[in-house]
Amino acid sequence: MTHTFVGMPAFPKAAHDAVRDTTLRGNLRHATHTIRAKRAKAVAELEDWERLREAGKQIKDHTLRHLDRYLVQLEESVTRAGGTVHWAADADEANRIVAGLVRATGEREVVKVKSMATQEIGLNEALAEEGITAYETDLAELIVQLGDDRPSHILVPAIHRNRGEIRDIFARTMSEWGRPAPDDLTDTPAELAEAARLHLREKFLRAKVGISGANFMVAETGTLVVVESEGNGRMCLTLPETLISVVGIEKLVPTWRDLEVFLQTLPRSSTAERMNPYTSMWTGTRDGLTGEGDGPRNFHLVLLDNGRTDTLADEVGRQALRCIRCSACLNVCPVYERAGGHAYGSVYPGPIGAILSPQLRGTASEIDASLPYASSLCGACYEVCPVAIDIPEVLVHLRERVVQGGPVTRRGAKVTLQPAKGHAAERAAMRAAAFAFTHPGALAAGQRLAARTRRFHPRRLPGPGRAWSDSRAVPKVPAEPFRDWWRRTRGETGGDR
Amino acid sequence: MRVALFLTCVNDTLYPDTGRAVVKLLERLGVDVDFPSGQTCCGQAHYNTGYRHGAEPLARHFAEVFAGYDAIVTPSGSCGAMVRELYPRMGARARAEGRGESLTRALAPVVPKTYELTEFLVDVLGVTDVGAYYPHKVTYHPTCHGLRSLGLGERPTRLLAQVRGLELVELPGAEECCGFGGTFSVKNPDVSAAMGLDKVRAAESTGAGVLCAADNSCLMHIGGTMTRLRSGMRPVHIAEILASTEEEQLT
Repeated sequence: MTHTFVGMPAFPKAAHDAVRDTTLRGNLRHATHTIRAKRAKAVAELEDWERLREAGKQIKDHTLRHLDRYLVQLEESVTRAGGTVHWAADADEANRIVAGLVRATGEREVVKVKSMATQEIGLNEALAEEGITAYETDLAELIVQLGDDRPSHILVPAIHRNRGEIRDIFARTMSEWGRPAPDDLTDTPAELAEAARLHLREKFLRAKVGISGANFMVAETGTLVVVESEGNGRMCLTLPETLISVVGIEKLVPTWRDLEVFLQTLPRSSTAERMNPYTSMWTGTRDGLTGEGDGPRNFHLVLLDNGRTDTLADEVGRQALRCIRCSACLNVCPVYERAGGHAYGSVYPGPIGAILSPQLRGTASEIDASLPYASSLCGACYEVCPVAIDIPEVLVHLRERVVQGGPVTRRGAKVTLQPAKGHAAERAAMRAAAFAFTHPGALAAGQRLAARTRRFHPRRLPGPGRAWSDSRAVPKVPAEPFRDWWRRTRGETGGDR
Repeated sequence: MRVALFLTCVNDTLYPDTGRAVVKLLERLGVDVDFPSGQTCCGQAHYNTGYRHGAEPLARHFAEVFAGYDAIVTPSGSCGAMVRELYPRMGARARAEGRGESLTRALAPVVPKTYELTEFLVDVLGVTDVGAYYPHKVTYHPTCHGLRSLGLGERPTRLLAQVRGLELVELPGAEECCGFGGTFSVKNPDVSAAMGLDKVRAAESTGAGVLCAADNSCLMHIGGTMTRLRSGMRPVHIAEILASTEEEQLT
């Protein structure tokens, strides 16, 4: 079963080990640099990319502003098309609803389309407690599930694994889950894919219940959309009699026309493809409107909040809800590349995870309070984001929430957060610096003191300064700060106060 | 035109040579440059570490000190971006917190008058050949806030390309962050150091002896890494290269 992230250490500690794992660093460097270059090429092909980006941003912002109205419209549309809509305030409620729906079918097995929402709520673990086995059918999710591992990337959950590792996982564990891997399995991509295909086909043909998420939900028609590369999603969405889709409430768009924008920006941003191989769209059940056609007989849509409404209440942070889970920000992030996805302690790693997790889960835990700092604020994530989420802006905003506390919304109620513990020394230093920086005389005195004592400055710093000097030389303080040179050579000039 | 040098607290304290280079360069180009000695810090470290309210008095102080000038020139991409990009945002946040227009009004006058050095040279003075001489092989690292927040684009490399004697070589992965990131460098030292190491290795692969950038904070991190690695390369601020002439060479 996929592990959960409870009790994760703070990001710097988790990253400390990852940075030293040379295999991991190599795997991630190769994978992210390859996709980074491909994405840049795919995006450069479109002359109107910036306009598509702006349109995507505006569609999402408009939808989020009127989310209450569009969600009700969606519920009506889905119901009219023969589906049933369930509302889940949090992970527990969503898991209870899904487990109840599966139990009602009498089945003990389900096949799953790759879905971030179901990972976010820990659905597989919750189903296992009810004696229901969930089979992941996305190739990378399968690798993670068979390897008793955790996903480390939104789009490529097994990005931290190389071919040799995958071969070993298949050979060792496939037999425990179903059809075993062939005895002579090598690490060639075609053989690995074939082993997975045969293993999964058995599941597809047997399954009576499928579970999915969705990339988009169209309010006007009640249509759900899954965008994928492998075709496993298409199998899960069309073969089983019962389909249960768990979808975050922010995945909504008002009309079909809005899809035009995202079906261009999502594949180019995520897999660097002009168009993804499979786009599955379904509206209710096959017996719904026309009494014929493809698709499930029973369709349930579980609308998941789980912190989204609270996030929506924050005017700076709410832009994170525009996210279409493309992963472009992960692939371009220098911190993600070196720390790896697991260090983020969430199914949402990388820059987007660093702003989503502390909003969806709050900043109470050690890992969530450390995530806003897991960035050098280089801005590469914002630059590639197809819905223009200013991730650095939100990171800084969340840092403020950690060190300063202040008003937030939790489960629909306004509460005031206290400043986080462990920042007392930093807060005092910032206050002292602010004093010096508003009193130039104090600043100049400090500079002069540093200049006069410069021969005694250590080459390695004590205490927290070690974090600098363990890997970098300490800059030498000059004999004279610039302002003293200026005064000495040019005399006093304007603006002094 | 009354031009003020906003040197930044880091340069004032640790890199006075960069300040002298900017003064020398601007005066050579006929600019009457002043150093208002009331200047301190733009508040970037406070703001980016989560102390936005602590940064507000610093921003107000900045606006007061530089109020009387036609242009404010700074040899730092990130401090320039702080004023131009984040001062308006600070004003907007204060308004959203019900504190009215006071902060926005106080900061608004300095925002459009603040230029990063290479912007001022290329856009305001309209020069790319500043008459510099620097006979070295140089690679240029575009720092993140100069690159992405200010959009400096090719201004720095256009200036460097005109420097006599200078051989400019392309830095592989130039647009990747060096890993400094202000307090990131001490809050996440392992990742920061790994990024710095990769940046230095990329710079060394060019065969250049000098890594040039337009921000000494990043160069402090990159240069500090070079020292620890006993790299043969050295970090040099672009102002010092542009100030160097055949008569008065940078040592």
